[in-house]
Amino acid sequence: MIGEPVTRKEGRAKVLGATCYTDDLSADGMLWGITVRSHMTRGILKAITFGQGIPWNEFVIVTAADIPGKNRVASIIHDQPFLVGLGEEITHAEQPVVLLAHADKILLEKARRAVSLDVEELPAILDIQSSIDLEQVIYGSNNLLKDIWIKKGDCDAVWDQAAYVIEGTYRTGAQEQMYLETNTAFAVVEGQGPDLQVTVKGSMQCPYYVHGALKQLFALPDDQVRAIAMEMGGAFGGKEDYPSLMAGHVALLAHKSRRPVKITYDREEDLVATTKRHPSRTHVKMAFDKDGKFLAIDTDYVLDGGAYATMSPVVLSRGALHAAGVYCSPNVRIHARAVATNTPPPGAFRGFGAPQSLFAIERHMDVCARTMGMDPVELRRKNFLKIGDTTATGMLIKEKVDLSGIMDKALAEIGYVEKKKAFAAHNASGDPIKKGVAFSVFMHGCGFTGSGETYYASVAGVEGLADGTVSVLAASTEMGQGKNTVFSQIVAEALNLPVDMVNVAPADTKYVPNSGPTVASRSTMVVGKLIEEAAYSLKQALIQNKFVKAGYSPEQFREGMKKAVATLGTFRAYSQYHKPPQVVWDDATYVGDAYPTFAWACDAAEISVDTVTYEVKVEDFVAVQEVGRVVNPVLAAGQIEGGVAQGIGWGLWEDTVMKNGRMANNQMTNYMIPTSADLPRLRVVFLENPHPSGPGGAKGIGELPMDGPAPALLNALENALGPLRFDEAPMTPERILARIEEVARG
Amino acid sequence: MASTLSLTLKVNGTPRTVNVHPLARLLDVLREDLRLTGTKEGCGEGECGACSILMNGRVVNSCLIPAAQAQDAVIVTIEGLADGEKLSSLQDAFLTHNAAQCGFCTPGMIISAQDLLNRCPNPDESQVREGLAGNLCRCTGYVKILDAVKVAGGAK
Amino acid sequence: MRSYLPDFDLTTPGSLAETLDLLAKQPGVFRPFAGGTDLMVVLNAGNLPVGRFLDLSRCAELRGIQETDTVLSFGALTTFTEVRECKAVHQHFPNLVKSARLTGALAIQNRGTLGGNIANASPAADTPPSLLAYGAEVELISVRGTRRVAYDAFHRGYKQMDLAPDELLYRIHVPKPTGRTFHFYRKVGTRQAQAISKICLAAFARIADGAVAELRVGLGSVAPAPARARNAEAVILGRPLGALPIAEAQKALLVDISPIDDIRSSAHYRQVVTQNVLGQMLMELAKS
Repeated sequence: MIGEPVTRKEGRAKVLGATCYTDDLSADGMLWGITVRSHMTRGILKAITFGQGIPWNEFVIVTAADIPGKNRVASIIHDQPFLVGLGEEITHAEQPVVLLAHADKILLEKARRAVSLDVEELPAILDIQSSIDLEQVIYGSNNLLKDIWIKKGDCDAVWDQAAYVIEGTYRTGAQEQMYLETNTAFAVVEGQGPDLQVTVKGSMQCPYYVHGALKQLFALPDDQVRAIAMEMGGAFGGKEDYPSLMAGHVALLAHKSRRPVKITYDREEDLVATTKRHPSRTHVKMAFDKDGKFLAIDTDYVLDGGAYATMSPVVLSRGALHAAGVYCSPNVRIHARAVATNTPPPGAFRGFGAPQSLFAIERHMDVCARTMGMDPVELRRKNFLKIGDTTATGMLIKEKVDLSGIMDKALAEIGYVEKKKAFAAHNASGDPIKKGVAFSVFMHGCGFTGSGETYYASVAGVEGLADGTVSVLAASTEMGQGKNTVFSQIVAEALNLPVDMVNVAPADTKYVPNSGPTVASRSTMVVGKLIEEAAYSLKQALIQNKFVKAGYSPEQFREGMKKAVATLGTFRAYSQYHKPPQVVWDDATYVGDAYPTFAWACDAAEISVDTVTYEVKVEDFVAVQEVGRVVNPVLAAGQIEGGVAQGIGWGLWEDTVMKNGRMANNQMTNYMIPTSADLPRLRVVFLENPHPSGPGGAKGIGELPMDGPAPALLNALENALGPLRFDEAPMTPERILARIEEVARG
Repeated sequence: MASTLSLTLKVNGTPRTVNVHPLARLLDVLREDLRLTGTKEGCGEGECGACSILMNGRVVNSCLIPAAQAQDAVIVTIEGLADGEKLSSLQDAFLTHNAAQCGFCTPGMIISAQDLLNRCPNPDESQVREGLAGNLCRCTGYVKILDAVKVAGGAK
Repeated sequence: MRSYLPDFDLTTPGSLAETLDLLAKQPGVFRPFAGGTDLMVVLNAGNLPVGRFLDLSRCAELRGIQETDTVLSFGALTTFTEVRECKAVHQHFPNLVKSARLTGALAIQNRGTLGGNIANASPAADTPPSLLAYGAEVELISVRGTRRVAYDAFHRGYKQMDLAPDELLYRIHVPKPTGRTFHFYRKVGTRQAQAISKICLAAFARIADGAVAELRVGLGSVAPAPARARNAEAVILGRPLGALPIAEAQKALLVDISPIDDIRSSAHYRQVVTQNVLGQMLMELAKS
C-alpha cells in the first residue's frame, strides 16, 4: 500500500478530458465577469467614468461602495482591499477597481476598455533599494512588510581571526507559476437574510482561506458561506492566496445580480495581475578557518514584497530559515526583510523563499571553494550538518542525516569526477561549445514553520459510507500531485483494505473539516498523518462496537461498516494536530525547532554552453533526495521531475521583465517555460530514512525539487566558462555575454 | 457589421451545425457552442497547445482557427479518442505511466501524440520530443509523457 | 478573446478571381487572411484594428508546389508542413527545411503559410532569411495581371512592402542552386521550440575553382525587415575558401544590421551574436 505505485484515481478522467475544471462549469442564466484595473503604479482614485457606446444598463457593476462587510482580504495581514474605493490609494498598476458582469462574454472587454479611472498620480517605489532607502514611504512607517533576525553565536567576533572572509551578492527575479489553467472562479448567491448563501467554486488551493475571506467580505457566519475547491490545472502556490481576492470579486457580482457568475482570467491578465515568486537580493558573507571549516555565516536577505503583505511574512520566514543551508556554523546571523514596492504583490510559489536563499548560499559555496583553492565537494563535506549538530536556530539534529552519502550518490550518478576531468581537457581544445558539471546540496523544511501547524490546529477525518466504503475528509486540494491517491493509500494501509475501498471527499467547506491549506509540503506528512490517526480511531471504534472483529477481511469490513452506518446514521473519526512535545519553537526570537524535520537532497547538473550564442543546454540532471519514506514511487518521481523542470526554467530562461511596475512580457510567447525539446531525461533517485512525523515515515516532497537546480546550473556554468560573475537567476544568454565581456574589459 | 456564419462540421464522427461569427475561435465553438469542454484554453496565442485538436487529420491549435476556415472540416477532439468506455492505447499508456498530473495539458498532449503516432508509428525519443514541442506541460518535466508515447508507439 | 467580434468581418470569396475583384473594387478596405496564425493572436489580444478580412482558403491557385528543371515555385498558401514534406525542398533547399521546422511547432506549421509569413512582414519571421539566401522572387497578382519582384527588394522598411492595395502574393519562385553549393541556417531563440527568433542567419554560397562564386546571407530580427547582409557578403565574394577574411566580414556586418532592444533581447546581444554566427558560418564555408 504505502510504497506501491498505485495508479492514480483521478487519472482516467484526465486522459479522457473528462475532469471538470472551473472554466468547464456552466449554469443557466450565467453571467461572465471581468475586472477593471488601475493602470497607474501609485495614486489616489478620484473618479470612475463609464464611457460612451456601451449599454451600461445591461451590466452588473460593482465598486467598493457595494461591499457589505469589510473591504479587506482576510490574510496574514488584512491590508489588501478587494476593490479600491474613491479617495483611496492605488498601490500598483494592476489593482482591481471595478467589476463588470454581462451574459455576452465578448462585450465585456469592450466595456472594460470603456471605463476610465481618474487617478491623481503619486511617486512610486519600484525596486528593493529605493524601498529600503525610503525614497517614498509607501507602506506603514518604513516600507517593511516583515523583519526577522536569526542569531547564533557572535559573527562579529570572528572576522578578524578568520583565514578567509568571502562576500557575494546574489539576485533572483520574479518567477511565474505558469499553471496551464489560469485563475477561474464561479459564484452562486441565493436567499436573503439568515438564508443568504454565498457559494464559490474555484481553482483554489485553500478552500478555508476563501471561506474566511468571504465571511469577512460579506459579514456572514460560517454556515452561510461555502467554498468548494475544484480540481486545478496546476497551482504551485499561485492559487494559495489570490483565489481569496478573486472569490470575493465573483461573489460580489453574484450577490448584486443574483445570477451565477464566472470570472476566468485570460493568460495576459493572469500573468500581469496575479502573484509570482518574490524577487530577492541576498548578500552573503562567510568566514572560514584555514582548513575551510565555517567560522561564520552572515546573510542579508531581502525580498521584494510588492504592494501588500500577502504571504511575505511566511515566505520571508522560510527563506530566512533556509539561508544557512545544510551546513553547521558556530556563528550565524541572518537578517531577513520583506520590503514593499508599488508592484502587484507576489505570493506563494513552490519553495516559498527557500529557493531564493538556497540559491545564494549554494552558489556562494562554489565561489568560496574556488577562492580558497578547495574542492567544492570537500568544502561542503567538512561543513555538513550531522546528528548532534545545531542549526542556525539552535535546532538539534536528532536524526541520522547523511548529506555526504546523498552528495556522493548524486555525483556518482552523473559521473562527476570523470566528467570534470574530461571537460577541463575539452574546454581547452578550442571547441566553441564549453562543458560544465556541478552540483548543489540543500534541504527543505517539511510542513509549516514551528508554530504554524500549532496555530492551524488542523483537523482531518475519515467517514464510513452507507455502502461500506470509506471516505477521507480533508480540505486538501488536488492540483496534479495525486493527493486523492496518496490519501487513499495511507488510509487503506491503516485499515488493511484494498485502495479501491477508500475515496477522498471533495474539498467542500460544507462537508470537510479545516485540515489547513495545501501548501508547505505538508499534505502527506501532516494531513496524511492526521488521516492515518483518524483511520486507526475509526478501526478501533468499529471493533470496540463489535461491528467487526480484529483481523477482519475487506468484505467483513464492508459489511460491518454498512451495519454501523445503518445503525448509527453517521460513522466518523477525526484527528487534530498536536505539536509533538519534542518540537520547541519561539516565534519571537526565532530560536528552536524550525520544522519537525527536513528532507535532504543533492542535485547534479551537466551543461554545455555555446560560446557563439551563449545558449545553455542542460545535458544531464540527477536529483537525489532523502524523503523519509516514499508513499507512491511513481507520483513522487513525477513531483521531483516537474519541480526540477521548473527550477531549471528559473535558473536559465524564465525572466519576468518589469516595466513601470508591471510585467511587460505577459504572454506565453515572451515568458519562456521549457518545452519537451529543452530538457534532458531528468533522473530521480530516492533514499529512505523513515521519520516519525509522517505516515509510514514519510516526509514532505512537494517543494524540495525547486531548491536545487538553479545554483547547480550556475555552478556548472562557472565550471564551463570560468570564474565569471554568475550571480543572478535567470542566467540568460544576454547576461552570460555581459559577464564574459566585463572580464574581457578588465 | 455583425455577420453570422452557419458552420457545419463533423466533430468526433457526428455532423454538427452552429451559428457563429466567422472569426469566432474554433476553440470557443467547441467549448461554448458544442459544450465539448475537454479541449482547453491555456494561452490564446498558439503557444501552449492545450487547445490542440485534429482538423482534417492534422494537429492544429483551435484557438487560432477562425470558424469560417473550419467549414466542412473533420474534427477530432479528446472526447473522440476513446471507444466508448475503452481507452485508446495512448490514453491507457498515459494513465499507467502517470503522464498526467494536473491533466490540463493532457487533452492537447494526447491529441498531438496521436498525430505523431499517425504519421510516425514507432518514434524514437527525439522524434517524440519534437512532435510534442508545441505542447507545454508545467507539472511533469515531460519524463512520463515521453515514456507513455514511446510505449504506445510500440517501443520497448 | 479581447476583440469585439461584431466589429469585424471575415468574408470567404469562392475563388481567386472573386478575391482579386473585391480587392480591386475596394482597395485598402480588405486585409487578406491566410492561415491565421499571426492574425488570430492579435485578434485575441484585442490589438487588431477593426476591419474587414478576406479569407483566402478557397483560392486554389494559391496552393501547390510546382517544379521545373530550374525553379521550385510555391503557392502563397503553401504551409510550412507542406514545405517540410516536399522531397524537392529537401533535395535543393535545406535552409527552407530548417526554417520551416523551426517555425513555432507542428500545430503552427500545419496552418502557417509562406505567403502569410512574408506579408505579415515581421522582421523576426523564420523563413524570409532562407528565401533571401536562395535569391527568391515573389510573384504578385491583381486584376491587372501579375508581376515579379526580387524578394530582397520586396521589403522596403518596417511592415512596408512593394505590394499595391489591390495585389496579393501569388507565388514564390526559388531558383534551384547549381554546381558546388553550401547551405547554412541558424535561428537563435530563447528555447528550442515555440520561440520567436532573437537573431536568424541563413546563407547560401556557390563555390567554383575553390572560391566563393556566389554568396547571399539573409538576416532576421536585426533590421526593420528581413535583410541581406550585403556589406559582409561583398567582403567574402570572390575570395578563395582557404583565405576568407572572416573578421573583416564581421566588421562589415555592422553596417548591414540595426538591432534593437526589445522584450526578448538586447541590441548588443543581437549584434554580438549575429557577428558570431556569421563567423561560424564562414568557418564552416571555409571547411566545406
